[in-house]
Amino acid sequence: MTAVTRGSAGAVELAPPAGGAGRDARRPRGPRRRWLAWGYVAPAMALYAVLVLGPFGLSVQYSFFDWNGIGTAVWVGLENYVEVFADPSRLNALLNAFKLIFFYSVLSVALGLLAATLTRSLESRWSRAAQTILFLPQVVPLVGAGIAWSWLYATDGAVNQALRAVGLGALARPWLADFTWALPAIGLVGTWVLIGFCTMLFSAGMSKIDPALYDAASVDGAGAVRTFFAVTLPGLRNEVAVAVTVTLISALKSFDVVYVMTLGGPGRATMVPGVDVYQLTFNQARVGAGSAMGVVLMVLVLLVVIPIQRVVRGRS
Amino acid sequence: MRLTTTRGARRRAVGLALVGVAGVLLAGCTPGGSAPAETPAASATPVNTALTEEEVVLDVYLETNFQDAFKALAEEFTSQHPNVTFTFQADTTANLSQNATKIISGDAPPDLVRYTSVAQAAKDGIVANLDGYAEAYGWDAWPTGTMDQLRTPGDGSRGAGSLYGLGIGYSVTGVYYNKALAAELGLTIPPTTIDEFEEQLAVAKAAGELPISSGNKDFMVNFPFQALQNQYALRTPTGLDDLKHFAYARPDSTFELDSSLAAAQKIQEWAQKGYFPDDANAIDYMGDIGGFSGGEGLFMFNGDWAAAQIDGIAPGAFGFFLFPGETADSRAIAMSAPATYVVPAQAADKDAMAYFLNWVHTDEGARQIVLDVTGSTPGGPAELAQPTPKEGTLAVETLAAAQVVSQSDGAIDFTANSTPGIFTAVIGPNLQLLISDRITPEEYVTAVQTGYETELGR
Repeated sequence: MTAVTRGSAGAVELAPPAGGAGRDARRPRGPRRRWLAWGYVAPAMALYAVLVLGPFGLSVQYSFFDWNGIGTAVWVGLENYVEVFADPSRLNALLNAFKLIFFYSVLSVALGLLAATLTRSLESRWSRAAQTILFLPQVVPLVGAGIAWSWLYATDGAVNQALRAVGLGALARPWLADFTWALPAIGLVGTWVLIGFCTMLFSAGMSKIDPALYDAASVDGAGAVRTFFAVTLPGLRNEVAVAVTVTLISALKSFDVVYVMTLGGPGRATMVPGVDVYQLTFNQARVGAGSAMGVVLMVLVLLVVIPIQRVVRGRS
Repeated sequence: MRLTTTRGARRRAVGLALVGVAGVLLAGCTPGGSAPAETPAASATPVNTALTEEEVVLDVYLETNFQDAFKALAEEFTSQHPNVTFTFQADTTANLSQNATKIISGDAPPDLVRYTSVAQAAKDGIVANLDGYAEAYGWDAWPTGTMDQLRTPGDGSRGAGSLYGLGIGYSVTGVYYNKALAAELGLTIPPTTIDEFEEQLAVAKAAGELPISSGNKDFMVNFPFQALQNQYALRTPTGLDDLKHFAYARPDSTFELDSSLAAAQKIQEWAQKGYFPDDANAIDYMGDIGGFSGGEGLFMFNGDWAAAQIDGIAPGAFGFFLFPGETADSRAIAMSAPATYVVPAQAADKDAMAYFLNWVHTDEGARQIVLDVTGSTPGGPAELAQPTPKEGTLAVETLAAAQVVSQSDGAIDFTANSTPGIFTAVIGPNLQLLISDRITPEEYVTAVQTGYETELGR
């Protein structure tokens, strides 16, 4: 029974009840109890079915048709899926989503760890202030952030002015019009938004680590770096897993920032699946092709996220 | 632990299987499978041209930024016909283009909707055939260059067949120029040939000025592209019709035309010579208008809808001319398109709506309102007097240009309108590649043609 509780609660460590038998005596789990439990869950399940499973089922259905959303739909079998993998522009969008993972996940988790470690050693007043500042981008609507960042990246924007001011004028360029740099420029906006979330998560996690471990480390003569890898990082394993999962999903399904800043351009240099699905469905009225792309995107997200969950749960 | 994992995995497997089964079951049926409500291009509805004496409320669904203009028209109409009043629903252009199809095909649609994809909507049978009204009111006699854009034979193409919409305001495109800069550079405006226009670009470039202000984040380089192509199309007798057929998505049409390649070559040449801004691909439409009205750039390709805004920023500082041809006596051709409105097939008050549409095109007061508020010409019978533009505004020049185009029957639809998605999905991204030397002009033409065929399912 204990095992069931632990397993179903995922990675969270619950204090096991003192004795299995005693617990069972208090909360009998007969068939009636089970139906009652389903009864409690039913309203939420119904909403979930209508709002999530329903549309998902419809997307799967649409993906097998050539349909403009109004007229007669024509069954095309797997043709829409073949297009996702055969058309370079669809593939390119998927590839870009994976490139964004570096900025959304790797960079923001790494910088979040750094920020959380640094603010931990600060006096609590200052560490709060620092965390608040880092967290602010989370509160800003992404569309607004996208507009502000496209000004920063403009030819005469703040980024180029700063470069010129420090004598790096040769590097200045219209970032969002640059085929090589547009995607990294957008990726950095993702990093900027997600650092705050990661820092917050990691700081909360660190407060749970037994201070005695830090004391022991310093008694053993471990430096900051050694302490980080020996104490902090192992203690934050679950938080890192959550952060990686959440940021990975935002990278793969990114839409708003790209839509506002480049619309997928220049050319298709920053096209991502989210924008592509939107364009296919609403601009080109190819509901089937858009749905297929959406389904593929969802499968990819699952393929990336499930192993991460496995790895973390397996270890804990 | 072991037990848990197995149970969890089994539950998950069952869940996935259920979702999968549901998907397959659903996949079996056809979405939106019901036959169109009305056979495409069905015969026109019986019409009544006398305005009802009963109290009527006409529902209009339109773009937010055209609301003021429409309200002015509605007020004028209600003051002439007090039994007819209007209600409005407005959306931004982007939202409207997503929602309009659903709203038109809904149970109780509005009586009039701003809508651009006329051909597809007619094919799906969701908009009213206006042939009966056209015959009764005499719309068939209006200039064909713009009216043909609203006709469709019902196969998803345009340019011929039954009438399915009308414009409220008909725009014309051309070139805006900075008067002070042109004078400083000693240029004679308007240039009379494309060669002369190019010489002026070179003069501006040599003087360190930006020759063409253009925001290609929103793919505005398509304005000069088609301006060139319209004229190159005149090199062969059928060239212009071929181009029109492409814009209308006619069954036999193609973008693989001599004029397409010639225009792509010229645009790339201009880009290589630095006639567009370095960061054109990062400048959006509003940024372009802002920069140009602020004094940056000698020319800007745009339409008459922008005139009021430019006048508002710097009155009297800018002028407008039609893009010239290859020779001084070339026929004047310009992109000129209606701001299209359709009457949903299930609309409640079609007769009153048609009466209103006819009134917008023919009533003197209404025509004046259309010009004053939209900056575009009111269309309607060619022999009717044009409304009077306000002295000293750009409207004087855009209206004159529209008349020249009308006299030469030189109106052509935007190639960007050939299919609903071609502009943002195909033309735009490839134009960005073309002006950055990432693809050749030949590749540009092929890319547009491929996208065109994909979207039309050819």
